[in-house]
Amino acid sequence: MSDEGKYRPLSYFQLMEVTLRELLVEKGIITDEQVDAEVAEMRARTPERGAKVVARAWVDPAYKKRLLENGTKACEELGLEIPALKLVVVENTPEVHNAIVCTLCSCYPRVLLGIPPDWYKSRSYRSRMVHEPRAVLAEFGLRIPEQVAIRVHDSTADMRYLVLPMRPPGTDGWSEERLAKLVNRDSMIGVALPG
Amino acid sequence: MAASARFRPGERVRVMKAYPLGHVRTPYYIRGCVGEIERVCGAFPNPEELAQMRSGLPAQPLYRVRFRQKEVWPDYRGPDSDVVEIEIYQHWLEAA
Repeated sequence: MSDEGKYRPLSYFQLMEVTLRELLVEKGIITDEQVDAEVAEMRARTPERGAKVVARAWVDPAYKKRLLENGTKACEELGLEIPALKLVVVENTPEVHNAIVCTLCSCYPRVLLGIPPDWYKSRSYRSRMVHEPRAVLAEFGLRIPEQVAIRVHDSTADMRYLVLPMRPPGTDGWSEERLAKLVNRDSMIGVALPG
Repeated sequence: MAASARFRPGERVRVMKAYPLGHVRTPYYIRGCVGEIERVCGAFPNPEELAQMRSGLPAQPLYRVRFRQKEVWPDYRGPDSDVVEIEIYQHWLEAA
């Protein structure tokens, strides 16, 4: 919900959320403080976490190998815990471009990228990304040449996905911190390039 | 407690064309399609059972299956090499 203070009637699901939350608090199952703490924790997760993982993989080939073999473990090396779920990291190459979608709902690597953008949850992105990925990517300003295969990952069950974009040319000798600043959220979903 | 994995990477599998009610993690658009096992992801409690407040055990092997876009969508516009990869539980797959 926006913080603008304008009056808007609650939607069906907002009303359901408020009702359920107030009932849980009233019955002493959770407290308002716990809800606030959880929301604060969700807001603290930002795409900078994912960018850190990508930048490390760009500068350290052994780390990249471990990341592609077992994304969850490789994130733990950087102090990023991924509870319960398995992270699959998919690598962009000159031959393959990867993109992530969840057609069933909005599964997203929140631990690494934070709260998903609204378009990721939209019916339009979810239905079109699997059916006409090239047209959707072009609308994001990303034209993938025909000789590059597009690999769309539909995140339907217990895995979560992160795209490892290609390191931009002209960045030889850059520090990990400087490289991480190039890694934007959308490049880790596969709808943009870093930079 | 987990069911044993019946398929290996590279094997051809067909997604069952079934339409059960309830919470199902197999997208409609892929039912009936043939693809290739990309990897075995491990075994996870069956979400269809979890949604009914049951244990979901034995855990079902979960696979990432790769499908050629041209086989999924007859009207697909794009090169033959484009693919879509989807996680599918073993009880939705049969050898193809």
